[in-house]
Amino acid sequence: MRKPPDTELLEPDAEKPSAEPSSPHESSSLFGRFSRRSFLTQLGAASLAATTAPLAHAAAMTPAPAADIDGKVIPGAVPVALKINGQVHRVMLEPRVTLLDALRENLQLPGTKKGCDHGQCGACTVHVNGRRVNSCLSFAVMHQNDEITTIEGLAQDGELHPVQAAFIEHDGFQCGYCTPGQIMSASALLKEPIGKEDADVREAMAGNICRCGAYTNIVAAVQQARHSA
Amino acid sequence: MQAFQYSQVKSIDVAVGANGKFIAGGTTLVDLMKLNVEKPAALVDINGLPLDRIESTPDGGLRIGALVRNSDLAWNADVKQRYVVLSEALLSGASPQLRNMATTGGNLLQRTRCYYFRDTNYKCNKREPGSGCDAIDGFNRIHAILGASEHCVATHPSDMAVAMMALEATVHTRGPKGERSIALNDFYLVPGTTPDKENVLEPGELITYVTLPPLPQGTRSHYLKLRDRASYEFALASAAVVVQLSGNRIQHARIAMGGVGTKPWRSKEAEQALQGKEANEHTFRAAAEAALKPAKPLRDNAFKVELARRAIVRALQVTTQTA
Repeated sequence: MRKPPDTELLEPDAEKPSAEPSSPHESSSLFGRFSRRSFLTQLGAASLAATTAPLAHAAAMTPAPAADIDGKVIPGAVPVALKINGQVHRVMLEPRVTLLDALRENLQLPGTKKGCDHGQCGACTVHVNGRRVNSCLSFAVMHQNDEITTIEGLAQDGELHPVQAAFIEHDGFQCGYCTPGQIMSASALLKEPIGKEDADVREAMAGNICRCGAYTNIVAAVQQARHSA
Repeated sequence: MQAFQYSQVKSIDVAVGANGKFIAGGTTLVDLMKLNVEKPAALVDINGLPLDRIESTPDGGLRIGALVRNSDLAWNADVKQRYVVLSEALLSGASPQLRNMATTGGNLLQRTRCYYFRDTNYKCNKREPGSGCDAIDGFNRIHAILGASEHCVATHPSDMAVAMMALEATVHTRGPKGERSIALNDFYLVPGTTPDKENVLEPGELITYVTLPPLPQGTRSHYLKLRDRASYEFALASAAVVVQLSGNRIQHARIAMGGVGTKPWRSKEAEQALQGKEANEHTFRAAAEAALKPAKPLRDNAFKVELARRAIVRALQVTTQTA
């Protein structure tokens, strides 16, 4: 008995620019007009255009009308309202869509990363009601009354969160893939009753794996953020 | 992952009558659903039930709601002060993110980390009764040395439950037939010929609370966990010890082990070896020997026998040295 692929919901147009108002932070001057994601998306579309029919190009470049996200009924999908970074998003989701996949594939908030998808690496860490959790191990439909914060919503009023600033100052990354999860984890840690030592930070950050091994700089960044908080 | 029907419940009565598998934190269940190890046709979300409080009981004990998150329980002032072993066990388990999600009831019911159980390409009597066990002759370094059968050698992965075993916790449930209270010691089943049946819960029965009895005045406790990494790893062997001394004589002792048994493993043999004895290394070693006497190691896990003994000795030393 073959399971339906997890990506059944995620048709190619899920990666298209959304007609939903995007997060204010995504297009803020903080990160410039073009995000890495939008650049890559357009690059992908451009290379597609070079090799396939013009029609495919047009389809890939046209923003999906709101109905495509808000109105499309997928068998088994249910209406879900999620409050993310202060903004309510209404989408149709199958109950088996995780919060992580909903953020990345349905809500165009790809800052939250998918690593192991089994709660072992911490790349998908977000805040739910101010507490850090693994968004890969939770179904989106279970979070309708929650306040969710992702890496896109951490900076406030154009100011980096102290943890973000500290990661930059201490070079707390190499490839950067684990970094959103590290930063979400560290920013939640500031409110947790943990000890003062570097060893306490290491233990409290144990749920976030960095395969580049930037741990020394990550600990330094977290400690600086704790001292300045 | 297979599709499922999803519903939310706001009352315990409705939850007990609902048709489907309960989901709370989801940290075990969602993981296993992604692996197609768990394939529920329906999920009943119980996060809306009023079971998220920690309260003192009239007898001086503690009543913990089934939905209390592991991090809240670990940091609760009463738990940190009076039930140190429980706080330490919780904080040694999983990661901060997972502890913010995982619940008290769910932790008791978490499934084994046996590789063969988690991979549907292999035979597993726990996952698919009657299919066989690929762990017994496979890579079984992490597997059980206590309580195993020829049908299953998988360990129970919980740290919290090991501490609760040493604290003589009681599990309270509500099911289609009403309420009942089950001593945690009687809650888990060894695999025998039915490894798929891990506890005495009946279909539709919901864990509502766990209660801890008050401890004798001056009782000390400690959880020591030994594992391949310093953090964020399951136990190869762990020891939960609860000890009350009178002078240097042991008045009361409770010993439980994790990482070595097919269920959180309480050792009454070790407790008897400690009862009334002088608290010294000789006594502790005798208790550790008694605890591991029934051990039956597999090809790759003989080291666990001595590791578990040393865990008990060390935990007892730490617990009694400043008393």
